[in-house]
Amino acid sequence: MALSHLSSTRSNRLLRPLAAAASSLCRPISTSTEPLVIETSIPFTPHKCEPPSRSVETNPQELLTFFRDMATMRRMEIAADSLYKAKLIRGFCHLYDGQEAVCVGMEASINKKDCIITAYRDHCTFLGRGGTLLEIFSELMGRQGGCSKGKGGSMHFYKKESGFYGGHGIVGAQVPLGCGLAFAQKYNKDENVTFALYGDGAANQGQLFEALNISALWDLPIILVCENNHYGMGTAEWRAAKSPSYYKRGDYVPGLKVDGMDVLAVKQACKFAKEHVLKNGPIILEMDTYRYHGHSMSDPGSTYRTRDEISGVRQERDPIERVRKLVLGHDLATEKELKDIEKEIRKEVDEAIAKAKESPMPEPSELFTNVYVKGFGTESFGADRKELRATLP
Amino acid sequence: MATVFQGLGATAAITAAANPLDSNKFLLSSRRSFSGKKTSLVVVRSDGSLNLNTGSSAGARRLDQLVTNAVATKADAAAAASASKPGHELLLYEALREGLEEEMDRDNRVCVMGEDVGHYGGSYKVTRGLADKFGDLRVLDTPIAENAFTGMGIGAAMTGLRPIVEGMNMGFLLLAFNQISNNCGMLHYTSGGQFTIPIVIRGPGGVGRQLGAEHSQRLESYFQSIPGIQMVACSTPYNAKGLMKAAIRSENPVILFEHVLLYNLKERIPDEEYICNLEEAEMVRPGEHITILTYSRMRYHVMQAAKTLVNKGYDPEVIDIRSLKPFDLHTIGNSVKKTHRVLIVEECMRTGGIGASLTAAINENFIDYLDAPIVCLSSQDVPTPYAGTLEEFTIVQPAQIVTAVEQLCQ
Repeated sequence: MALSHLSSTRSNRLLRPLAAAASSLCRPISTSTEPLVIETSIPFTPHKCEPPSRSVETNPQELLTFFRDMATMRRMEIAADSLYKAKLIRGFCHLYDGQEAVCVGMEASINKKDCIITAYRDHCTFLGRGGTLLEIFSELMGRQGGCSKGKGGSMHFYKKESGFYGGHGIVGAQVPLGCGLAFAQKYNKDENVTFALYGDGAANQGQLFEALNISALWDLPIILVCENNHYGMGTAEWRAAKSPSYYKRGDYVPGLKVDGMDVLAVKQACKFAKEHVLKNGPIILEMDTYRYHGHSMSDPGSTYRTRDEISGVRQERDPIERVRKLVLGHDLATEKELKDIEKEIRKEVDEAIAKAKESPMPEPSELFTNVYVKGFGTESFGADRKELRATLP
Repeated sequence: MATVFQGLGATAAITAAANPLDSNKFLLSSRRSFSGKKTSLVVVRSDGSLNLNTGSSAGARRLDQLVTNAVATKADAAAAASASKPGHELLLYEALREGLEEEMDRDNRVCVMGEDVGHYGGSYKVTRGLADKFGDLRVLDTPIAENAFTGMGIGAAMTGLRPIVEGMNMGFLLLAFNQISNNCGMLHYTSGGQFTIPIVIRGPGGVGRQLGAEHSQRLESYFQSIPGIQMVACSTPYNAKGLMKAAIRSENPVILFEHVLLYNLKERIPDEEYICNLEEAEMVRPGEHITILTYSRMRYHVMQAAKTLVNKGYDPEVIDIRSLKPFDLHTIGNSVKKTHRVLIVEECMRTGGIGASLTAAINENFIDYLDAPIVCLSSQDVPTPYAGTLEEFTIVQPAQIVTAVEQLCQ
């Protein structure tokens, strides 16, 4: 059932009517892993390096996983939107819908020993790293079942065992941390890499260039990924940056510009970057992407850009639609099956929300836990300390 | 105000520093009288002015010849004396280095990063020789990018490494305040306990010898509110080594405050391995009449004043609080319950310093035991001027301490 060809999806339109006829025979969704080569939407734009090829190797199972993962993320973010409007989520809530291809494509090219660190738009990245919907919704609603026990909130998701280092509220501060992760990887001599994600707004931070200099100087295995959604909150990139070619900003550090709405392009770029970085030191990837929501829930998102622009991007570049077209075009599943997947996802998300709502609020005593780590052999108990010991562990 | 040293008839003890003295830092070491163990030798304050009971004011720079003579005679006596005692003698920065080296030998996750710590050997020689021994990856020379390399240290600590970040001067760490406050202090909490940040941030701070306003800052004032960090201040070679080792082994982020003028203090420390409790204060001189709380360099001003006070018939209890966050209210409380009078002598500025927080903490907890309001002597709320005389006015001098004690003990 898998078809191998090197042409773009447009030429497969001939096959659709046949596929439609065949679907009435209850063919199961293709889970084949036979390779499929698909071209990315546009070629990569390099800076001081040789770009990878436009032809991406994938397989039907992977494409369907992409579809499922991205649809889950999309559904999750939209559900978070409703929860916020229902005042179950408070404070800041930065939604990632439109940008799903970046984190899904990245996950497809790396393993859980590689580290990812990002800023505050982290719900989907957390999910991609192995987080569960229940953990996410519980944390968003500030419940005990949340990944940070309700004490972090939307901007502080972490998953240490899968190499997800957060979740950071201050713009740009995560990049030096990412440097540190890469330094530790080099120190321990793992053959793993770190992806430090930041936005087009953060690209103007000084600490980024400091971190870039240090990483390039010491050949740290770090990939700096600029998720360029063209708006730093309400300021368009042309109003904030003299040089909006963020992939070139590294100057002596090579860069690559990638269509961030094409999950296969992202996968190819990240795979290329990982190989590059383990040999040659840091690289900058600029993901050209777009967010449909405003910067956060308090931002309508339409005061600094037109609704036409948003719907235009949604029609032409939406990452989920692209994968849907690929899947249908290569006859890997039918429309109905994809719709069923979406319904299933919707149900999953609704169940996770219901379960998260049942999770209790943290106990008051939790206010004081995890401020310090106890237990080194020296303890002190405040003004009424009864016991004092100082022993070598 | 001329600084007058009441030498109690004893001669000044100036032991020669092992390394050539930097012309900017006339750091003359002194024998410390440690917890009432040995006889007291007068501290000569390290500004080059030696007052051998002549009563003349500061500025007698031509005493260089006198210095060398005194060194020669004293050294003999010192050599004779040290041969028979246990332990070994070293300077404070050497004690720091010894602690650091022992920890790096013990655990190969420990690494040092900072400006000029590697090949240069450290701007205050704390890391001298370590780069040759441990290599460039464990003793890292960073570019001048405090925000980035502090963040880098924190990121590395998140994965399990145990970095020590050196700020060449604590004041430079203001550039890394965001990293220290948000990431270092808070990550353990906001991640629900997933990440520990076993980082040590250390460096010299405090008012030095005419270093100017920007290089004479006391950052403990600014950092004290950050939840999740511990702060300690070392003052003697003994506690410098002990606190360094304890800080490295602690799972919490620890900020270790050293003082620019204390690096050349000499003391005899034990040969065997030891650590100091990070949350404990040190009883420097037990007493009955008044509790004097101090830390870092002001400890020496207090001890200076204590000599005068003893002569005048007072019996001050001097406690070096060492742990700036959290305060060791246990030791402090026991002392307050005994003496009922508190004097805090600190180098922070009056507004928002460690003394201000300590005053509040003692008032809250021990108000019933106080016979008089707590007096807090701090530095003036001004940028530290360059001129030597003005600089002396900004910080607390021993004479002021004596006056304050006399007033409190009326």
